[in-house]
Amino acid sequence: MKKLAKSPWMLHYDASSCNGCDIEVLACTTPKYDIERFGIINTGDPFQADILLITGGVNAQCESVVRQLYEQMPNPKVVVAVGICACTGGVFKDCYNIKGGIDTVIPVDVYVPGCAARPQAIIDGVVKALEILEEKRRNYKEEKKEER
Amino acid sequence: MMQVVSVLAYLLLAPLAGALLDGLDRRVSARMQGRQGPPMLQPFYDLKKLFTKQMIAVNSVQMLLNLSYLVFLAVAGSLLFAGADILMCLFILSTADLFLVMAASSDSSPFSTLGAGREMIQMMAYEPLTLLMAVGFYLATGSFQVGDIVRMPYSAVLTMPGFLLGFMFITAIKLRKSPFDLSTSHHAHQEMVKGITTEMAGPTLAIMNIAEYYEMVLMLGLMALFFLNEHWWSWPVAIAACLVVYLLEILWDNAAARVKWRVLLDSCWVVTLLTGGLNGLILMLVR
Repeated sequence: MKKLAKSPWMLHYDASSCNGCDIEVLACTTPKYDIERFGIINTGDPFQADILLITGGVNAQCESVVRQLYEQMPNPKVVVAVGICACTGGVFKDCYNIKGGIDTVIPVDVYVPGCAARPQAIIDGVVKALEILEEKRRNYKEEKKEER
Repeated sequence: MMQVVSVLAYLLLAPLAGALLDGLDRRVSARMQGRQGPPMLQPFYDLKKLFTKQMIAVNSVQMLLNLSYLVFLAVAGSLLFAGADILMCLFILSTADLFLVMAASSDSSPFSTLGAGREMIQMMAYEPLTLLMAVGFYLATGSFQVGDIVRMPYSAVLTMPGFLLGFMFITAIKLRKSPFDLSTSHHAHQEMVKGITTEMAGPTLAIMNIAEYYEMVLMLGLMALFFLNEHWWSWPVAIAACLVVYLLEILWDNAAARVKWRVLLDSCWVVTLLTGGLNGLILMLVR
């Protein structure tokens, strides 16, 4: 793993989650799972994040927030949808206020299913996202070269 | 000749030493919390990544101001390592900080602006002691020149232990350690996102981090000044003392919660008065 993959900083956003998945995401930072082993920092700042981790489906109120967070992140970046609600809308899919999964608003790279998603699954999803991130970094570098 | 070598060594090695210390810091912190922690070289990976990221600056002046912060810190450190005037070194150190405050105020984020305000309060908190310390060195050694201070027959700490205690206290502010990491924090999720660095992305943040490493080595250099004397063995003693102080700062960082700005200001000024003020007074009377 190179450059980006060695230092992925993640931004965690709760779209409309019941907090079940959020607690599991936070569990990843505890001594038992310790994601900082991989150099992963749970940063609160979209300007400094590489991975956007979203829990819960998108509703009418948070749609603009999700979009803004995604746009504020510098390229290259990846999005990980954590939990079944973030993947498809889950049990809330047919609710009047729910748009559906995260991919109805922004492009999602990795889907981590589960209700709630287990910490092991979340870490596995993030590691998968790192491969995609590395690929995106290479593409981004080539794009930049072409611009010059 | 010696001066040129030591300045060059500072300019080239300070970022490396700073990053290594930061790596050690993160690992030791993790161990204190019962975690494994990131690899020792993690800060290098972070820097490398930040330089490959897209630069989404809100304006073109922020990068320039951050670079000025870096250059002024490098100059301040060079003055110290060249054995020049300690007063000049401390003045340039505060000038450098002003560039950071301007860089943070230049963008539109309210978090960043709040951070800039807090950074200025932090400067107000530690500035009295740094200035008193320069006077203390003059009273203890009869010179403001760093070159003369390190050639004293005995270590300065023997006559100015109060200043050392005060300096250890304010080093927590300069190293952005809890309980004094008001303006920005190394830890995630503070009450105002990332404070002064909120809108710094990619290369801009990398420049800021490198500047911090210069500052870290400069602060430890000032710390070493308390222990150095004309004997060769004072150098390993000084390095060991710096490491011990750094470990104490890490311990404090992990044990203390962030304070409000009022507590920061009050405690720093009281500590300055009790340590630096008293020690300075005694030095003046004994002289």
